[in-house]
Amino acid sequence: MKFGVIVFPGSNCDLDSYFLVRDILRQPVEYIYYYEESIKQCDAIILPGGFTYGDYLRSGAIARFSPVMSAVADFADRGGAVLGICNGFQVLTEAGLLPGALYRNDHLQFRCEQVYVRVENNSLPFTRSASLGKVLEIPVAHGDGNYYAPPELLREMKANNQVVFRYTDRDGNVTEGANPNGSVENIAGVCNREGNVVGMMPHPERAGEKILGSKHGLIIFKSIISYFLNREVV
Amino acid sequence: MAEQQVWRKLGLTDREYDMIVEQVGREPNEAELNMYSVMWSEHCCYKHSLSSLKLFPTTGKRVIQGPGENAGVVDIGGGWSAVFKIESHNHPSAVEPYQGAATGVGGILRDIFTMGAQPVAFLNSLRFGNPDSARNRYLFDGVVAGIGGYGNCVGIPTVGGEIYFEPCYGGNPLVNAMCVGVMPTERLVLGKATGEGNLVVLVGARTGRDGIHGVTFASEELSEKSEERRPAVQVGDPFLGKLLMDATLEAIEKKLVCGVQDFGGAGLTCALTETASRAGTGIEIDLDLVPLREEGMHPYEILTSESQERMLLIIEPEKLAAVEEVFRRWELQLAVLGKVTGDGRVVARHHGAVVVDLPAASVAGGAPVYNPESREPEYFSRLAGFDPLTLPPPEDYNKTLLDLLSAPDIASKEWVWRRYDYMVRTCTVQGPGGDAAVIRLRETGQALALTVDGNGRHTYLDPYRGGMMAVAEATRNLSCTGAEPIGVTDCLNFGSPENPEIYWQFRQAVEGMAAACRALDVPVVGGNVSFYNEVEGEAIYPTPVVGAVGLIESPQQQCGLALRREKDLLLLLGPRETSLGGSQYLKSCCGKVAGSLAELDLVMEHRVQALLRSLIGRGLIASAHDLSDGGLAVALAECCLGGGLGAEVNLAQADSPLPAMFGEGPSRILMSVGPENQAAVVEAAGEAGVKICEIGAVTGDALIICHGGDIILKLKLSAMKKAYEEVFSCIME
Repeated sequence: MKFGVIVFPGSNCDLDSYFLVRDILRQPVEYIYYYEESIKQCDAIILPGGFTYGDYLRSGAIARFSPVMSAVADFADRGGAVLGICNGFQVLTEAGLLPGALYRNDHLQFRCEQVYVRVENNSLPFTRSASLGKVLEIPVAHGDGNYYAPPELLREMKANNQVVFRYTDRDGNVTEGANPNGSVENIAGVCNREGNVVGMMPHPERAGEKILGSKHGLIIFKSIISYFLNREVV
Repeated sequence: MAEQQVWRKLGLTDREYDMIVEQVGREPNEAELNMYSVMWSEHCCYKHSLSSLKLFPTTGKRVIQGPGENAGVVDIGGGWSAVFKIESHNHPSAVEPYQGAATGVGGILRDIFTMGAQPVAFLNSLRFGNPDSARNRYLFDGVVAGIGGYGNCVGIPTVGGEIYFEPCYGGNPLVNAMCVGVMPTERLVLGKATGEGNLVVLVGARTGRDGIHGVTFASEELSEKSEERRPAVQVGDPFLGKLLMDATLEAIEKKLVCGVQDFGGAGLTCALTETASRAGTGIEIDLDLVPLREEGMHPYEILTSESQERMLLIIEPEKLAAVEEVFRRWELQLAVLGKVTGDGRVVARHHGAVVVDLPAASVAGGAPVYNPESREPEYFSRLAGFDPLTLPPPEDYNKTLLDLLSAPDIASKEWVWRRYDYMVRTCTVQGPGGDAAVIRLRETGQALALTVDGNGRHTYLDPYRGGMMAVAEATRNLSCTGAEPIGVTDCLNFGSPENPEIYWQFRQAVEGMAAACRALDVPVVGGNVSFYNEVEGEAIYPTPVVGAVGLIESPQQQCGLALRREKDLLLLLGPRETSLGGSQYLKSCCGKVAGSLAELDLVMEHRVQALLRSLIGRGLIASAHDLSDGGLAVALAECCLGGGLGAEVNLAQADSPLPAMFGEGPSRILMSVGPENQAAVVEAAGEAGVKICEIGAVTGDALIICHGGDIILKLKLSAMKKAYEEVFSCIME
């Protein structure tokens, strides 16, 4: 299978995903630039973190108008696997490919630290190798990660099992102290109704090697690889 | 009369003006005089410091580019180089903390990629007044936000730094930013306008009226009127900075450019005259071709604006199309301003008329070099004579240690560094909070250790020894990770050099630093001098800050400060002698800044560091931590908290517990060592001629210190953690 990493002006975690896929997972990977109009036969697309267009106006608000986003939307419509990390998550919500919005952190500061997230839905291409309730140690680094969805939408999302990750303590308890940004119900990641588009504020690509402190992020990439392997066998 | 003195208003002396007239061969016009004013400012021409800076060793087997370029370049082997520099942005940060700090980061970033290097890390060294005042908290918070605002957005991790608080920095905070990059050495590009007929091209932001005379502002003392200098502070655009970085590096990688210079202090004037003067060429441009933000800008404004995120490229005419393609891909503006000439003159036209015609070498290098008067200040011998042991000793050592752990100088700075993205690029092996940060290099399999160090209080009490100690401590911090120091960059923050007592501090500090660099075999490859750090005649402590870079051949060999295993032994490496003079204990617990510093034996320092690196390289030790502010007791607490493990320590060898626990002295390392390696470590120390002493073991969940058979200190980790970690969130929120 082949991964594609989208590069917007101002993306800055593009190389982290690229190197993780190439050097640790040893899978084919290619950059796809903001002005391109095709996603180049990739099987899974990553929208990386960063500050697209400086996050001026609102995080992700300008990037969604990039030419490449129509190709991403088509790909998602056809059931393609799309993962938005941090700013990539913000772009996907701005583009309407994921529900909800990401506000300024409730304490108004940028926050870079290791956090724990619990897997709330392991039936997705991006989580299928994790056990339900598995606690992953993965860092966050963002200023606008405060997830919000209005109560009605949230009810609907929960009914559809669209909450993918929640911030928890080390033991998997959802607590206020474990919430780094004020997200509603400690939500750290969500998916679309179909489950093929996932967005998350934590950075799994930064938790792929022991020398960096954690390898827990690998399970997300390994899930998608196993999803494709199984699909190819079928 | 008033007209005749216009140069004085621009910060030039009568004698300097006479020199300009002589060098130009006529009276300069308004635009020309403004160009001289910015280029002959202290900030740009180092007229008061140059004679002292010559004392630094600037060559060595690894040095590829020493001082004088945008950044220093040091060979790390395998055809690769490390490129680094530190620079101050003190004055802008004093009036506009967010933008002052942000543009400080942006400026140092450009210095690194201008050379062709991919930036890989930021560090910073900050000084503020005591955080109990709202103004100081505003400056502190704004500077931290600005550093994060720029660094996080450009996607280069901020991996280390230091912060101290002293009343003397209240009106004049210090913001020193360092950037480190790496590159294949053959990619090195210099800031030279080579090749007659080559094009002079400006890329990046439009030029506006911001930052006009910023360098002149940086070369005068701060006062109540400094608020009026707000327009001299530039505004940063990190998004544009990131695009400019990526595009410039791509153009350099594709070998499309012959010379690159960023627009820093003194804007277009500096970029034109320095590139021409370095290459021995001239430049001819048309100011009408400079993309402007607003209409009606005067030639002198266009020439001295410090609008951020601009670069000057020198390119061969046939490569213009290829360069344009690279920059257009990121939607960046590119303007051909003119061409390189052979006559050594910088010529600028405006609306068809020649408005500037000056010899480049005169503007960029013709400024006078002063040998200022120097006089030992009255306070020096008076404070050195103070004996801290005349003060009553503390009654409760538990309280003393908790007070020190919660002193803002020592307390955990996590509240600060969690606002910086220190992980982006996924190369940060050791982030903030240790002796030095460690960044792995994907391309070569090596790692770099990085640190910034300076102690204004020490340098105030003894400028010579304080200068030595700054270099010794910086390199020691590198050695604690296992890295071999390969070069330093320095930022020299002082008051007015026109005050003989300040100049004495400066000269002494530089002499001390130079002596340490020679003894420890580390070259100075670049840096920055920041004078006039004073408000209403009150100068800051003399504050030389050393940014140091070390090389680790294999990241697997690196060492941290955290204790790792129960039952490991605690060994103290290095001299026993300490002093309470100038110590953190004396400042934080007794409210005194006085006394004399412990001696620094540079030969011993060199030996201790070499031994430590060899022990780490052989895998014999589990952790290492430099004994610094707060002495042994604070170092023990930091190692315990880092590892979540307690320790039991016996000060059997010490006569008196106070200097043993809280006295400070150089060349000392606290190590934890597995019992199976103890014999080998002790033997190696014996062979190296370095004192070593077993002081205790890793155990339990408390720090216990015994002396003369009594427990004199016993603190649970949880109590120390609370004191150490909650300070800034309490003060600031």
